[in-house]
Amino acid sequence: MNLPIFNPVEDPGPSFFATLERLGMSPFRRLESSLAESISLPHGTTILAFKYADGVVMAGDRRATEGNFIAHRRIEKVFAADRYSGVAIAGAAGPAVEMVRLFQTQLEHYEKVEGVVLSLEGKANQLAQMIRANLPMAMQGLAVVPLFAGWDHIRSSGRIFTYDLTGGKYEEVAFQTTGSGGRDAKGTIKAGLKGAPLERRQALELAVSALVEASEEDSATGGPDLNRGIFPVVATITGEGFAFASDEELEEITRNVIEARKGIGGGQ
Amino acid sequence: MSMPFYVAPEQVMKDRADYARKGIARGRSLLGCIYSGGILLCAENPSKSLHKISEIYDRIAFAGVGKYNEFDQLRVAGVRHADTKGYAYSRDDVDARSLANVYASYLGQVFTHEMKPLEVEILVAELGRNHQGHSQLFHILYDGTVMDESHFTVLGGDSEAISRRFGDAYSEEMSLSAALKAAVSALAGPERSISAGDVEAAVLEDSNGRRTFRRLGPSELTELLAG
Repeated sequence: MNLPIFNPVEDPGPSFFATLERLGMSPFRRLESSLAESISLPHGTTILAFKYADGVVMAGDRRATEGNFIAHRRIEKVFAADRYSGVAIAGAAGPAVEMVRLFQTQLEHYEKVEGVVLSLEGKANQLAQMIRANLPMAMQGLAVVPLFAGWDHIRSSGRIFTYDLTGGKYEEVAFQTTGSGGRDAKGTIKAGLKGAPLERRQALELAVSALVEASEEDSATGGPDLNRGIFPVVATITGEGFAFASDEELEEITRNVIEARKGIGGGQ
Repeated sequence: MSMPFYVAPEQVMKDRADYARKGIARGRSLLGCIYSGGILLCAENPSKSLHKISEIYDRIAFAGVGKYNEFDQLRVAGVRHADTKGYAYSRDDVDARSLANVYASYLGQVFTHEMKPLEVEILVAELGRNHQGHSQLFHILYDGTVMDESHFTVLGGDSEAISRRFGDAYSEEMSLSAALKAAVSALAGPERSISAGDVEAAVLEDSNGRRTFRRLGPSELTELLAG
C-alpha cells in the first residue's frame, strides 16, 4: 500500500469515503446484473429507538432470515457509530454491516484528520449520503434502512434520525421503528411513552417488551431465547456516551417482561 | 549554446541535506519516550491549535517537527493509510512498522527526485500489545533514514544535547509525571525553563480503551509538572 498523498487540488480532505473513491476502493458499485433480486440473502429485521429521560435507547432483535429460513440467531443490528452515537440496521445484512463499518471509519477519520468531532447533524447527513450512494444496489433488492441516534452536545439532548432508501433524512420527535416487525413494536412503544420521560430501567424494559411483541406477531423477528442465552441487543446513548446493556441485566429484564406478559391477549 | 554546470552527486546530496537540516533546526525540538504506563510524546509548542503530536490509529501516534504544512500533510496521509488498511483488512493489521516504511520511502523519494527536500523529521510511535516490551518508536529523517528506538528519541535541531540531558534522567520504569518533568527540562536546557502553557504533550496508554491516544490538557499538564 502506498502513502496516500494527493496534490492540494485533488485532496479528498477529511472524507474517508472520498479517499476510498480516489484509491479505487469504493464499496458502492452498481451490480452488473439484477441477480440480487433472485438470490436469497440474510435480512435483518426489527430495530427501534426512542427517547427516555437521559437520552436515547436503541435496540434490535437477533434474527436474520433468508426467505423463510432462519439464517442467524445471534446477529447484532445495533452498533456504536462513535463514542456518542449509534446506528441500527434493518434490511440486507451484508451491505448493511459493510455500511456501518464504513460509517464508523468515516466518523473516526474525520475526527483524526480535522482534529474535531463532527456535529450530530453532520454525522446524520454523512449517513444519508452513504444510503444515497447505495441506491443503485437498493433498487436491485439490497436495501439498507438504518436508524441513527446520538447525543447532541450543542443542544444537550438525545436525537433520533430515520432514513428512506434515497437517503432522505427525517428527525423523529420521540421514537421510530423499522424492519419487518417494526409496526408491531411501534404499538408497544407508543403506549409505553405516554407519561413522564422513562427512567433507564423502565426504558430498557419497554425496548425488550416491544421486541417480544414484534417476535410474537412477525415470523422474521426473533424473540429472546432463555435456553440459548440469546437476548436482544439494547444500548443507551446519553451525555456519558454510547453503552450496551449487559447480558446479565438483559436476562433479568427479559424474565420480568415475559412474566408480566402472562395472560396477555386473553391467552390467544 | 550554454552548457549546464556539472555538479557532483555528492555535492547535490550534501546541499539538500544542509537545506533540510537548516529548516528543521529553526523550529523547536520534540521528545518521545516509553515510560511505565505507555508512551509519552512531548514538544515545546506555544500554539494551542496547530498540533505537532496527533493520533493516527488505535495504538499509533504521529509527531513531527520542521515545516508545519509539510509534516501535517504527512500526518493526514498517515491517517488515510492506516484507516484504509484497517478498513480493507482489519484493525489488528495496522502497524507502525509498515507505516514507517511507507513514510521512509516517500521521504527518500522526495529527497532524491524533487527540487526541494521536505524540511521535516517525524516520529511514528506504537504502543505494544504486551505493554512496554514491544512499544516502538520509529524516528524518520528528511532523507528517508529510519531509526528504530526502544527507549526514547529526540527530533529537531538540538537533538544531541537534549538526548544527553534526558538520557541522564531516564529509566523505563518512570511514572508519567517523572517522564514529563524530565522531558520538559531536557527540552528547555539549563539556561531557560518552559511553562506548562507552552508544552504540548500526549500519551498512548492502555487505560484509554481501544483508542489509546490521549492529549494532556492544560490542567493535567500543570498538575503533572508540579506533582
